[in-house]
Amino acid sequence: MAQSNRRKQPTIEREHALHLLKEMLRIRRLEEKCVELYTAAKIRGFVHLYIGEEAVAVGTMQALEPEDNIVATYREHGHALARGVSANAIMAEMYGKLEGCSRGRGGSMHLFDAATRFYGGNAIVGGGLPLAVGLALADKIAGRPQLTACFFGEGAVAEGEFHESLNLAALWNLPVLFCCENNLYAMGTALSRSESETDICLKAAAFEIPAWPVDGMDVVAVEGATRRAATAVRGGGGPHFLEYRTYRFRAHSMYDPELYRDKQEVAEWKKRDPIPNLLERLKQQNLSQEEDWTRMEAEVAREIEQSVEFAEAGKWEPVEELTRFVYSEAPTDVQGSKFNVQSPRPTP
Amino acid sequence: MSTEMIKTTYREAIRAAIRDAMLRDERVFLMGEDVGRYGGCFAVSKGLLDEFGPERIRDTPLSESAFVGAGIGAAMGGVRPIVEIMTVNFSLLALDQIVNNAATILHMSGGQFNIPLVIRMTTGAGRQLAAQHSHSLEGWYAHIPGIKVLTPATLEDARGMLWPALEDPDPVLIFENGLLYNMEGELAADAGPVDISKAAIRRPGQHISLITYGGTLFKTLAAADELARDGIDAEVVDLRILRPLDTEMIVDSVTRTHRAVIIDEGWRSGSISAEIMARIMENAFYELDAPVARVCSVEVPMPYPKHLEDAAIPQVPAIVAASRRVVTGHE
Repeated sequence: MAQSNRRKQPTIEREHALHLLKEMLRIRRLEEKCVELYTAAKIRGFVHLYIGEEAVAVGTMQALEPEDNIVATYREHGHALARGVSANAIMAEMYGKLEGCSRGRGGSMHLFDAATRFYGGNAIVGGGLPLAVGLALADKIAGRPQLTACFFGEGAVAEGEFHESLNLAALWNLPVLFCCENNLYAMGTALSRSESETDICLKAAAFEIPAWPVDGMDVVAVEGATRRAATAVRGGGGPHFLEYRTYRFRAHSMYDPELYRDKQEVAEWKKRDPIPNLLERLKQQNLSQEEDWTRMEAEVAREIEQSVEFAEAGKWEPVEELTRFVYSEAPTDVQGSKFNVQSPRPTP
Repeated sequence: MSTEMIKTTYREAIRAAIRDAMLRDERVFLMGEDVGRYGGCFAVSKGLLDEFGPERIRDTPLSESAFVGAGIGAAMGGVRPIVEIMTVNFSLLALDQIVNNAATILHMSGGQFNIPLVIRMTTGAGRQLAAQHSHSLEGWYAHIPGIKVLTPATLEDARGMLWPALEDPDPVLIFENGLLYNMEGELAADAGPVDISKAAIRRPGQHISLITYGGTLFKTLAAADELARDGIDAEVVDLRILRPLDTEMIVDSVTRTHRAVIIDEGWRSGSISAEIMARIMENAFYELDAPVARVCSVEVPMPYPKHLEDAAIPQVPAIVAASRRVVTGHE
């Protein structure tokens, strides 16, 4: 069958396209600011940058509803921002300030936000998957229609918790959307050096979970695939699995000399940078003018600068509060809207 | 004051507690390996599947990490799971979820997400189950801030600790000593929830404090009876809760008796018994008339043959001998 070499691209509506572009740009500039602030010793600890992978978080979040739950990894700045956690709250968290989205307790790897149902920021590879299964189980028991989106890297497929969780989600037909961000390297270990079977979708298929790969460098493709999967999950179709094929342009963390991959490979992937590629595509389709980009850059720069000012002006949690929240301070049922069922009291 | 008493067992008391919790709150459900069709590895949940159905008495695959983690997620999602793990040894397969998630998320999230989860598991030796089904690691769990550790020994506690554990907004681990399941006794027909914040004095005495919990409580009470025949009046303190430890009651007792022996089926190195000794030293050093002693399990993996297993865990004669030594300076 004769096929055109020219890639067929779906047309996108201008406002939505600019929104996608801006969301990716916000993540890119936030991450670049993190590098700067890390060098300036304003941010400490482990910091894992999302540069190169922005299309995955941005595209995925378009398909999620406010009631859905998100479980993310330690490379989650982008997910939090795209989900609606403010740049201020994220930056303050990186600073370790009280105004941070986790009160400064978690730092870069542990962004939490109840308002957007963002359940971390989990820094044990694979450890978030059982939590996602449980959140989905609670929704199923309560008869709520939402799904739980669970992000993890391809490194997590080597963990037992990955297999246990996929099995449980499939066995109980739970509304989990498994979002595997395959950036080819688990820290410094290439997929082919750690897995006997490198086709990740096959692993999901072994649990009878519908799974398919997605071009993770194309935000429109990510959004489309995620919508399709999310619709199936919401329709009672049980867990679905997407493998987003992506690439991290920067080092694993701030302590990574990148001895495990060659510069040519990085350069090749950078040609597929989701941000300039989308911009170029919009220009070709006459959906964007140069001034859109200029305006967007200025708005994002202002937002990120303001987040730094916000974090700088933030307060340190008083040392006297160190032991707060080891245990709860208030009865569960009055603590938040998520616990809206009154617990019956014991009869005397 | 007279209450109707019924004959029951520790196993039945726990089953009654689960049943009661399920009836009180429709958010409560039980999940674990073989809790449903099989009726529970130790028959604790026998009959509950018929009454409550498979959604609420939920059999799981042999995936401790996933179903414990799912319990954490479900608890965050607003339901009230009781997760059963067959034995404390198997709980090691779920340590990541218990230690890295259940115990940390409230603090790490700045107080945003609490985990109202209850995990029940069997602990202890004495049933010739050898070195992978018999250990007493509850003291280990008591090391971890963010979780609570309950060790019901009496029928009242077996019946009464579950509901307050479920009402607790944070993760609670309940350790059921396997030797106690068949223990028979009388329990008030209307027995219900008990306090889960304080230790209890099970036998008042004035000469020595015998501090223990769980499976060794009854051996300790038997030892106290034997000591009484020699004129030694021992007080028996049942810790009931290993975290948070009721330091006040320990110190009060020792302050009255001036002597103490700690009886713990766990190993002694780096143990809860060591912690109790440390707290006595920190808080009641000048009250002591003799060094505090311990009767713990011998530091070996639990052997299978009965005579070796008996020799490995605390027994009445050892408790009596240690107590005599502390009181009289000789055996």
